[in-house]
Amino acid sequence: MTSTTPGAQQPILAPPAAPPSRPRTAARSHAQTVRGLLIKIALLGLVDAVALFAMFVLVMRESWLIFAIAAVVTVVINVIYLRPGWLPAKYLAPGVFFLAVFQIFIVGYSGYIAFTNYGDGHNSTKEDAIESIIANSLTRVPDSPAYRVTVVEQFGTYGFLVTDPDGETLLGTPDQPLEEVDAEEDSTGKAVAVTGWTSLGFGDLLANQSIVVDLSVPLSDDPNDGALRTPDGSSAYVYTSDLVYDEAADSFTDTTGGEVYVDGGDGAFVNDAGRELQPGWKIDVGFENFQRAFTNEDIRGPLLSVTLWTFAFAILSVASTFILGLFLAIVFNAPHMRGKKIYRVIMVLPYAFPGFLSALVFLGLFNEQFGFFNQVLLGGASIPWLTDPWLAKFSILFVNLWLGFPYMFLICTGALQSIPEELSEAATVDGARPWAVFRLIKFPLLLVSVAPLLISSFAFNFNNFNLIYMLTGGGPRDVAAGVDAGATDILITLVYKVAFGEGTGRDYGLASAFAILIFLIVATVSIVSFRQTKALEELN
Amino acid sequence: MSNPFNTEQGAQVGDRLNPLVAGSGPTDRAARAPRTVQTADGRLLPTRRRRSFPRWFADTGWRHLIGVVMLVFAAFPLLYVLSASLNPTGTLVGSNQLFRVVDFSNYVELFQRPQQPYAAWFLNSLVIGLVTAAGTVFLGALAAYAFSRLRFTGRRVGLLTLLLVQMFPQLLGVVAIFLLMSGIGEIFPQVGIGTQSGLILVYLGGALGVNTYLMYGFFNTIPVSIDEAAKLDGASHAQIFFGIVLRLVAPILAVVGLLSFIGTFSEFVIASIMLTDPQTQTLAVGLYQFVSQETSRNWAIFSAGAVLAAIPVMALFLYLQKYIIGGLTAGSVK
Repeated sequence: MTSTTPGAQQPILAPPAAPPSRPRTAARSHAQTVRGLLIKIALLGLVDAVALFAMFVLVMRESWLIFAIAAVVTVVINVIYLRPGWLPAKYLAPGVFFLAVFQIFIVGYSGYIAFTNYGDGHNSTKEDAIESIIANSLTRVPDSPAYRVTVVEQFGTYGFLVTDPDGETLLGTPDQPLEEVDAEEDSTGKAVAVTGWTSLGFGDLLANQSIVVDLSVPLSDDPNDGALRTPDGSSAYVYTSDLVYDEAADSFTDTTGGEVYVDGGDGAFVNDAGRELQPGWKIDVGFENFQRAFTNEDIRGPLLSVTLWTFAFAILSVASTFILGLFLAIVFNAPHMRGKKIYRVIMVLPYAFPGFLSALVFLGLFNEQFGFFNQVLLGGASIPWLTDPWLAKFSILFVNLWLGFPYMFLICTGALQSIPEELSEAATVDGARPWAVFRLIKFPLLLVSVAPLLISSFAFNFNNFNLIYMLTGGGPRDVAAGVDAGATDILITLVYKVAFGEGTGRDYGLASAFAILIFLIVATVSIVSFRQTKALEELN
Repeated sequence: MSNPFNTEQGAQVGDRLNPLVAGSGPTDRAARAPRTVQTADGRLLPTRRRRSFPRWFADTGWRHLIGVVMLVFAAFPLLYVLSASLNPTGTLVGSNQLFRVVDFSNYVELFQRPQQPYAAWFLNSLVIGLVTAAGTVFLGALAAYAFSRLRFTGRRVGLLTLLLVQMFPQLLGVVAIFLLMSGIGEIFPQVGIGTQSGLILVYLGGALGVNTYLMYGFFNTIPVSIDEAAKLDGASHAQIFFGIVLRLVAPILAVVGLLSFIGTFSEFVIASIMLTDPQTQTLAVGLYQFVSQETSRNWAIFSAGAVLAAIPVMALFLYLQKYIIGGLTAGSVK
């Protein structure tokens, strides 16, 4: 009896066995705190080192605004992680930093670009444009003396260390006219090294040949004085421009023909005949890009048809994949059927295959001359699957059906299986036929759970760049259009082609205006669906 | 892309994936259903054997018919590309004879073209994808923890902002990204245009927008009492986060990492404007340029490249399928 009592009590006494382990965990926890502190200091030190390096470079380049922003951000980060408390900031800071730079800033910057004439020929400031107009029209002064040079480099900036014919040593870069410096000279009196700069040896010159021969270092602050250029990295000659810039009149005069080019107000120097000097510069153009998009006949027509096709493509893609997916989900939702697993695994394969590769595989299958469809299935027909406007649209929808039906099949299967059996049993008992059970009970319930996914599928297809661009490239091209638009282009591929297209010049301003248009459409669709799904009310 | 419209979805995924809190979620029933059916099936078997063919066909046979059609539809393009990759004639027209010859010369040739450095593309895609996935998971988990566990002013606004931000996929701002990275490249060539590190930074900018909501829903399914118990034991917030919470949410970390990897692997727009040197390009950019130039002549080698490129993604996908499908229900990726 007495011996059983302690035994019976043992389980009750067991919990107090925990206290001895407490100090152990506390000690371990202490060690972990120290380790955590060390890791924290190391990470913060790393961030600060990178930030300091960045700020140093910014000071060297005299980018004061960016320097100020970088300094403030660095200080804020240090305060957040060194000051006790402010726990949410500690956890949010890293993600918010990237979000702010590469997403929120990007949205705002897109908006800004849409109101400029940024693009080919209008890439930079007016000062840069003047400099490069002069640089582009440089010709070697016939009897220019040879300047002996050493090409030097500092933080990725290249410059010339020059020994002029009088024996003086000068240093300059494309942005910084020549100035006198003290430099080391070799036995022939040629300056070969200067503190703070790395002299390029023969091998370095070869490796950076294209950069070196493009360098032109101005002789003085006045660009009309000309610049030094070197064909070989060891001797330089004076080059001057045929076009002389008159700062007071803000105009260029061609010394050979006497023509005068003035600032025409559109971000370029033009002469009376309307000829523009390239490059121009970037100016704010207000709503001109939007105006062009909506009023210029050559752009408005293609833009309208591209927008319509974007909607048609997105809606038809969602509808076709959903219908096929739902149909298959019903077909394979049969408890007695054997081999369902095999069917399912193989049907999911198109979804697992990387999307861009699928588009490229179909590019081969649909090929007009040699493709499998024409050659084998249709016995040598030459149907222009990808080059006829309507057939190309059909082909795109077909490929997207192949790509997208497994996803719809999976989510519909999940949704169907989560509908309680009792509901349909009750309806059957009440005399409802299978079709009525499906149409009146299962389908509405299914729609409730998949509707948000259909909306996000729509949003995804609205910007389904890879499929369109890789399969048809947006083509066949509408030759009448003023922009590079084709029959299967959607808005996002149009943005890409206008901004980075090969055929026509790059027009970042117009492309960004189109991107803003997509922003607005997507935002409208989103706000409407927000209201529908009451997502906002669930935020707590 | 995760679904921005339904906050419940994350919690549903939580139910599906989290062993701690798995309740009577739909999956449970789904998992039980076949089993009970199978016992019923066993008992029904003798009666079914006696059924006539028309009755069998009307009941399940037609389903197999549709199944076979769908198998052909789904698998054919994949078999075709596999066959083309094994066909030594090398051209598009030669690829039309399925599996006539089996020969690995295309795979050998794939790695011997200095103009198309396939091995470099493959490695670049893997590295960029893995680093981006790891970064996305880390940044997203930190933010999701803050939103799920901490209460602070601006929390609701922050969540709303995240919802709004994910409406705008990064590729819409491709022009601005290009110009920004060109500008950065002038000052810091290490991360500017043309560098893979710059590309990864851009991708990380999309990290919070895309997946934090999914993670937030899952974090909410972990009982707060676990945190509180740890706090009573003297654990610091960092110990709770790294030592306890991160382990409990491991399934969603795997899903987000995987979705991010697959998304990055297939990303073309931003990669194509950022990476211009063939040595630095990814598979999506390199293979596209390779096959779009001379589709017909390069077909077999492209096919070999496509098969190899698809293997890691498909293997990961099929291996982690049940997790992904749980995650998919909370948003579409394709």
